[in-house]
Amino acid sequence: MSDGTYIRRPNRVLGVYAFVFLIVLYVPILLIPVFSLNDSIYVRFPLQGFTTQWYGELMARDAVWQALGASLRVGIVVSVVSTLLGLLAARAIARYRMPGRGALTTFVMLPLVVPGIIFGVALLVFVSSMGVGLSLYTVALGHLIVCLPFSVATLLPRFESFDESLIEASAVLGETPLWTFWRVTLPNVLPGVVASLLLCFTISFDEFIMAFFLSGTQATLPMYIWTQLRFPRELPSVLALSSLILLVSFALVTLSLTISRIGAVEDRR
Amino acid sequence: MTRDFISIRNVRKAFGTFVAVDDVSLDIAGGEFFSLLGASGSGKTTLLRMLAGLEAVTAGEILIDGQPMAQTPPYQRPVGLVFQNYAIFPHLDVRGNIAYGLRKQKLPQSQRDAMVEEMLELVQLPGYGTRRANELSGGQRQRVALARALILRPKVLLLDEPLGALDKQLREQMQLELRRLQRSVGITFVFVTHDQEEALTLSDRIAVMEGGRVLQVDTPDGLYEAPQSRKVAGFVGTMNFLDARVAGREGETAVLEIAGLGARRVAAARLPARVGCVAIRPEKFALHGAAPEGRAVEGVVESRVYLGERSHLHVRLEGAARPVLVSVTNATLGGAGLAGEGSRVWLSWDDAALIPLADG
Repeated sequence: MSDGTYIRRPNRVLGVYAFVFLIVLYVPILLIPVFSLNDSIYVRFPLQGFTTQWYGELMARDAVWQALGASLRVGIVVSVVSTLLGLLAARAIARYRMPGRGALTTFVMLPLVVPGIIFGVALLVFVSSMGVGLSLYTVALGHLIVCLPFSVATLLPRFESFDESLIEASAVLGETPLWTFWRVTLPNVLPGVVASLLLCFTISFDEFIMAFFLSGTQATLPMYIWTQLRFPRELPSVLALSSLILLVSFALVTLSLTISRIGAVEDRR
Repeated sequence: MTRDFISIRNVRKAFGTFVAVDDVSLDIAGGEFFSLLGASGSGKTTLLRMLAGLEAVTAGEILIDGQPMAQTPPYQRPVGLVFQNYAIFPHLDVRGNIAYGLRKQKLPQSQRDAMVEEMLELVQLPGYGTRRANELSGGQRQRVALARALILRPKVLLLDEPLGALDKQLREQMQLELRRLQRSVGITFVFVTHDQEEALTLSDRIAVMEGGRVLQVDTPDGLYEAPQSRKVAGFVGTMNFLDARVAGREGETAVLEIAGLGARRVAAARLPARVGCVAIRPEKFALHGAAPEGRAVEGVVESRVYLGERSHLHVRLEGAARPVLVSVTNATLGGAGLAGEGSRVWLSWDDAALIPLADG
């Protein structure tokens, strides 16, 4: 570390701080997989022994599989619809210099800062006043509102760094606007599209508050976990399930970030 | 081919209150290499984009090959366009870029490949088919952009400062290649540039633009030898301007009283309505170390700039407001003492080189 420049000179205090920060952030989460493999129904130290019993029990339950199916369906539909709407919004925001463009962008991003519980209550009131029954559809609607800002935020930089003379070049080479979108625009924003799909799926898959207010008889996976927490005996299985969700979410988010970074690097070359 | 293959009639383009192109009318012949020359903001690129259909025409009309273009979107016009930044598709390789416009022709793969190969030959990039845009140099990108446009056999190829981003040597090489290409494919080229030397080198005819208007349309030598206004004279090449007034007329000839050069006779037909000045090119002067036979004026060398092949001398003449610029080849300059600063020299010239102009 003797080759540090003025800006990159080593700093022991900051190093220690970063280490502590990461531990505080991740230790609670790491406890979940640890206790999910612990051979005891009580979540406490010392650990009793290694077992995969809770995972096996989990697999044997129909309700888990049903909840998983519900979450998958909602997740896939929400990620596709949110990405499509995000594509349209990002393209419009990036391309047109319309009045109120800034306000519109803020408006699209607003759900990021409005507490989920308020949105949940609001949607519940709205949906019931319309006389629509609660179901996975209403859950998907709630998730769509949560996901859309993430889609726009993921796609907007791709559209803003996109050279518009490519669209003009395509037009002069004889392609209609629709074909141009398919042959030029889409391939150039594709990393953003994939990132948005993965990110939205993860968000929907993990989302609880909207599902809590808006689900009907069919529970999503987080809802199922919530209902199981009432039974102390079920806690180890819940921990096993949580560990699995954690793993999948982590993998998807990493994948989505990697893909959008690959795209960005390729552009810069 | 017809004289008015492209016909631009009273075309005007306004962006809000700003008028980019103001009542421009031009006829461009088929197979011609036509340049739009002007400084940035002169409206030349806007005019080109209107030909391509990328900007709507505010007033007037454009006809290509006799067809009015007002209702024709860019993807249905018989034009190709090479962009200033080339706009090579980054997600496709060179072959994909060149074959981009062929989709609608529904050709068999083998024929398509053959056409792409032929184009790569034409622009002298054989073997580059699988390269990506980011693996190409500026000159190579420019040639891919050309091939991509030419493969569709457009009736007109529009070029928006395609050589602007290249360094001087590559630029000169590409100028030759462009000219060679244009002759071999026989397509009408409309070329936008701010570089007057480039326009003179390449073009059959040039339209000089300023402030959204066309000042003069002429052949390169017409533009250089017989500019019709002080603006054109100053924009194309370097020029000396000397105050002048008409001292008298004698039938076919007029006598001009020119500051620094004295009274000279020129054909009355060449005079504009109100003579304000006389223009003369720096290289039209002959430089003498001693008083030559015939008419000459005496002056003092104020400064000398050595340019390798030529030297530029500023010579102060009695009666002229500013020193005149004289350009001589160093081969003819001869003796060292002749052009040193402060030395006494004599200038002579052919009166046919004097260009009487209205002021402004």
